[in-house]
Amino acid sequence: MVSTFKTGRSRHPLLASFQRLLRNPSGLIGLILIILVILAAVFAPLIAPYDPIELNTPDRLQGPSVKHLAGTDQYGRDTLSRIIYGGRTSLSVAFSSIALATLLGSFLGLLAGYYRGWLDVVIMRFTDILLSFPVILLAIALLAFFGSGFSSLVIAIAVVYTGPFTRVARAAVLAIREELFVEASHASGSSDLRTLFITLLPNALAPLIIEITLRLAYAILIEAGLSFLGLGTPPPAPSWGQMISENRRFLALSPWATIAPGLAIMIIVLGFNLLGDGLRDALDPRLKR
Amino acid sequence: MDLIFYFLRQLFLAIPALFGVLIITFLLMRAVPGDVVTQLVGIDGNVSAERMEEMRRMFGLDLPLYEQFGQWIGAALQGDLGSSLRTGRPILLDLAMRFPVTLELTILSLMVALIIAIPLGVIAALYRGKLADSIISIFALLGLSIPGFFLGILLILLFSLKLNVLPPAGYIPLQESLAQNLRHMILPAVSLGLVLAAAITRIVRSSMLEILGRDYIRTARAKGLAERSVTYRHALRNALIPVITVIGLQFGSLLGGAIIIEQVFSLPGVGRFALEGINLRDYPVVQGAVIVIAASFILVNLLVDLVYSLIDPRIRYG
Repeated sequence: MVSTFKTGRSRHPLLASFQRLLRNPSGLIGLILIILVILAAVFAPLIAPYDPIELNTPDRLQGPSVKHLAGTDQYGRDTLSRIIYGGRTSLSVAFSSIALATLLGSFLGLLAGYYRGWLDVVIMRFTDILLSFPVILLAIALLAFFGSGFSSLVIAIAVVYTGPFTRVARAAVLAIREELFVEASHASGSSDLRTLFITLLPNALAPLIIEITLRLAYAILIEAGLSFLGLGTPPPAPSWGQMISENRRFLALSPWATIAPGLAIMIIVLGFNLLGDGLRDALDPRLKR
Repeated sequence: MDLIFYFLRQLFLAIPALFGVLIITFLLMRAVPGDVVTQLVGIDGNVSAERMEEMRRMFGLDLPLYEQFGQWIGAALQGDLGSSLRTGRPILLDLAMRFPVTLELTILSLMVALIIAIPLGVIAALYRGKLADSIISIFALLGLSIPGFFLGILLILLFSLKLNVLPPAGYIPLQESLAQNLRHMILPAVSLGLVLAAAITRIVRSSMLEILGRDYIRTARAKGLAERSVTYRHALRNALIPVITVIGLQFGSLLGGAIIIEQVFSLPGVGRFALEGINLRDYPVVQGAVIVIAASFILVNLLVDLVYSLIDPRIRYG
């Protein structure tokens, strides 16, 4: 493949990356899947055919039909509507917790990579310890500590995924901290904070963005797992993991009520994984043609 | 000799991490609202406050935290992990029964993962860009996107409820009947292993592709070696090195996944033990389960280091 060298109008690097992302099939499909699920969750009241928590016992445990596209559960609640509303729980937990983990983790990673010394040792030792717990076990312990509910769930998932962001940010800073432009920032009298956030952070952005996308996939999976164990947001508001564990008892009788929420989890996680792959191709400078 | 010394040093270096894990577990569990007494008594309030205080004294829960921790660590160093506050059974006894279950589950899952992932990864790399590669890539992406517990339920639906060929839950100890034990372990191991297989397939593929582009592969071909020999003897052996790292890194998530899978299939493993312990605020149970889980994670990563130097003579530790 011969790359043409365009002169004249130069594109902003972020815009260029975004265009590369859209030309990448997995990036594009991933983006579309994610946007569709987000739209469905945001506009749930407009899209969902039924009230997700309204009981309708005569219609209970039905298979898919024209009336109930994905069937109903043991209380006659419409499965499709519950999935659409359940997306709100999964997505808001995932986005909030990863936002928190990104802020906390990349801040710690920037500090560790920039100052090195004892601060680096303390931060990385702590990160290593956090990462030696199996994620789900640590999240369960944290949930026991914070009590159940939305914010506990967000904090627990944020804490368990802080470590990876710390590592990524630190590695990115270590790779560039000796570069001339960092030295130039010091020489021109910038404060440490300015160097950290204005000079170093933008250069750590690409690996962080990839990490965020992939961790969103993990966050959805762990939220589903915790909800499945009964540690998620409280009923009657639906969440996908909770739907699977509730309807599992009727697996033989009415498998759709269990299968459909599982498929919803797969679709959004697949979306984030595809987007992550696409972003890696679009942002990784080693792969640029 | 160097290797043994290195291994011992790493083992020594792992002690602070293990200690850190223990302190965090200890503090976290005690910071959790309620203790075993309130969990046991419930909220019906039929038990007097004096009686509850007496129970706490009996369990040593009235001592300052550092004394509780000191006592527990002191006993643990002598091989005594204490007893369950609820059942009174020694933790070691329970762990001795439950750890083999979790260990078997993780080892079988790992085997499932490798048996699936290595051939698929190699095929995908050899037929890069062809139909086989696309199908395998899609399989890997789907595998990465399915929650293990959901896969487990789908497998139960198919093999237990529809085809009626495998049991949906339960556990038969290995020493009782190997065949029955395996019948009960197949579905859990596949549920846990397929997800890992997806991750490993992708790594084998990219690692194979990288190696196949190296100069020494061209040399091997140029000197007239059969393609088979180039693929398996020269490329695959080197391509498997990153896979071993990933096994070390993924072992933690395998143990974590085991907690949920044990729940799905009602397997009496360490994960469920920890989960029950957390729910009942049975501190020694949680501490015992966590120490076993964290120690095996650290140990596996040490073993990975060791295997590394055995298969790749260029890596020398000093």
